[in-house]
Amino acid sequence: MIEILVISGKGGTGKTSLTAAFAHLARNHVICDLDVDAPDMHLILKPQHTQKTEFVSGHEAVIDPDKCEACGLCQEMCHYDAVIEKDGVYTINPLRCEGCKVCVAFCPAKAIDFQDRHCGQWYVSDTRFGPMVHAQLFPGEENSGLLVSLLRKKARAVAEEKGLSLILSDGTPGIGCPVIASLSGVTLAVIVTEPTPSGRHDLKRVAELCGHFNVPAGIIINKCDLNDKEAAAIEAFGAENGFALLGKLPHDPAITRAMIEGKAITEYTKNGFTGQLTAIWEQILSLAKANKQVVK
Amino acid sequence: MKIAIASGKGGTGKTTVASSLVSVWGAPLIAVDLDVEEPNLHLFLNPEYTGARTADMEIPKVDSALCSRCGKCSDLCQFKAISLMGEILMTFPEMCHGCGGCLAICPEKALTPDIRELGEISWGRIKTNEFLMGRLRIGEAMSPPLMRTVRKQLHGMMNAGSLDVSPKDVIIDAPPGVSCPAINAVMDSDFIVLVTEPTPFGVYDMKLAREAFTPMDIPMGVVVNRAGLGNSEIYEYCKASGLEILAEIPYDRGVAEAYAKGTIIAESSGAMKDIFLRLAKKLKEKADLPKNPGGAS
Amino acid sequence: MKKIAVTCESPSLDAQVDPRFGRAAGFLIVNPETMEFEFIDNGSSQVMAQGAGIQAAENVARSGAKVLLTGYVGPKAFQGLRGAGIEIGQNLENITVRQAIEKYKAGGVDMATEPNRMGHGGMGGGRGQGRMGNGR
Repeated sequence: MIEILVISGKGGTGKTSLTAAFAHLARNHVICDLDVDAPDMHLILKPQHTQKTEFVSGHEAVIDPDKCEACGLCQEMCHYDAVIEKDGVYTINPLRCEGCKVCVAFCPAKAIDFQDRHCGQWYVSDTRFGPMVHAQLFPGEENSGLLVSLLRKKARAVAEEKGLSLILSDGTPGIGCPVIASLSGVTLAVIVTEPTPSGRHDLKRVAELCGHFNVPAGIIINKCDLNDKEAAAIEAFGAENGFALLGKLPHDPAITRAMIEGKAITEYTKNGFTGQLTAIWEQILSLAKANKQVVK
Repeated sequence: MKIAIASGKGGTGKTTVASSLVSVWGAPLIAVDLDVEEPNLHLFLNPEYTGARTADMEIPKVDSALCSRCGKCSDLCQFKAISLMGEILMTFPEMCHGCGGCLAICPEKALTPDIRELGEISWGRIKTNEFLMGRLRIGEAMSPPLMRTVRKQLHGMMNAGSLDVSPKDVIIDAPPGVSCPAINAVMDSDFIVLVTEPTPFGVYDMKLAREAFTPMDIPMGVVVNRAGLGNSEIYEYCKASGLEILAEIPYDRGVAEAYAKGTIIAESSGAMKDIFLRLAKKLKEKADLPKNPGGAS
Repeated sequence: MKKIAVTCESPSLDAQVDPRFGRAAGFLIVNPETMEFEFIDNGSSQVMAQGAGIQAAENVARSGAKVLLTGYVGPKAFQGLRGAGIEIGQNLENITVRQAIEKYKAGGVDMATEPNRMGHGGMGGGRGQGRMGNGR
């Protein structure tokens, strides 16, 4: 099974638009949207749900007002400032509650319930590009990476069930737990960056994260015509640190027009940009296959 | 007044707006970068650093001689950071959320605080403004603990002035997304600016952001960046949901190139400066209005 | 001889070895000389938000077994099991519990020195702890 993950470090570099195009170009694959926080792939892929499951994870503390003796011990002990007191009445703010159970354990009146947290929904769907596994965390919920791990497991199960050999995943910006949960065991990480100081800064951090987890990574410089010096600096960084330069793409307003029409750029037009993108995809595939042969 | 610059989608222009507002604000303020996973504000503001320190989190350390293997800590821990493995009490430091429960519940005083490094906090000055940022250690999975530490330091900075001087305004560059890092960045602010772009991704993620932030009862307004690049869906949505559009930054290749050089956009042209001066004025007016419990401004 | 824990899909010596450790259905704790066994349900790990592998390791440690036979073990579970002094035989799948024990008794199972599966990294891998990453 080959697993290709598209990440960026910095948001807005074009990760999702490019992944949608790769999803169009790929064969025998399962598509996975691991950006469970703010998923966007479905806006282009328009998935038809075949399976919908509640995601229940962790807990939250809820004070029973009938049992509460207003001693305030929960507020004293809470490390997350989650306990609110107003006019002598104590409540817990679910946005701040970490689900640690300390208040529940120490409440002298046993007045605090510890409830399951329904954090989101995940789906297995059909799309015109192939089967898709995706999710939506309810806004404000903790993105602990668990939902990401669950989706990856499901994507593998779907791939095995259908005899498919490739999982193509759209990742999240940043370097926190959802990215870490996406990365481990991936065959190739594709980092989409842009030639700007922010793009380069964030690329270095996410590239270091890939190294930390022994995941080989390649770089695509998107909007490469914005700044030649920055683009050259990124190329040099890649060469010095063993990250393959997969390609450079100029800024093309057609990407936004394709997005508005709900199409992948490769569906929308067959211009020079899409020609380059197709060549990049071929390179990604051969690099991923080559990595697979390497004995770890 | 504390203003958080947030968005649902990454790359819409939070740092562009934050750095530009700092540039035109006209009164001393504190600029804070709470996007601790990928901080960018310093790349534009170029602060003169005056200090830095590592930020840590408290985790448990076991004294096995005192441990009676009662298992109370292991039973309480929701994160499997401390676990009674047969006869051995083991800790898994990277799982710890720092709730202090195990340390509090141990009847034998066998647990003492140890630390896990979260990252680094640095601070400095930009002319008459102060600057503060956090940078997460690579491999550290959770950003909220570091964000909390930065926010604590911010409160110290806000309260440090003498009593007869009115407190400084604060502009916060928040991380993208709508889960706990974003919530942590905006939660104590007086106003949230949602930066978006007029594309289907921009609209969808902005709806998520609005849903995530509404329970906090903090007034919100919208800045549309790259206006003219996409379609009108964002304007229709704002109108339908009562969200005020505070400013529009037109899509301009020149602006993109200035950004690619690390130029603060408000300083890239007279027209851009005017846009941000007007935005700053509108935001300052918000400080005088009573809070709207509906969440929309 | 020490008691052996084997991850299993159902409570029987002829059940298939469950290749997952952390979220295995349960463990058969077997006396290899008499082949008497008891079943420990692993449901408490399966429902866990994070740390299922650590919870499963706790369940095995509590049973008194000193050897574990299974398919794949992640780094944190591995750390927990070794911390409790439990030897680990990995990479066993598509065989029954009985066959796994016979293989072990015949000396046909190599005891693992490192986990054979990447963790979820759900809470980060720390500074290259265990097998994941070289740390920088």
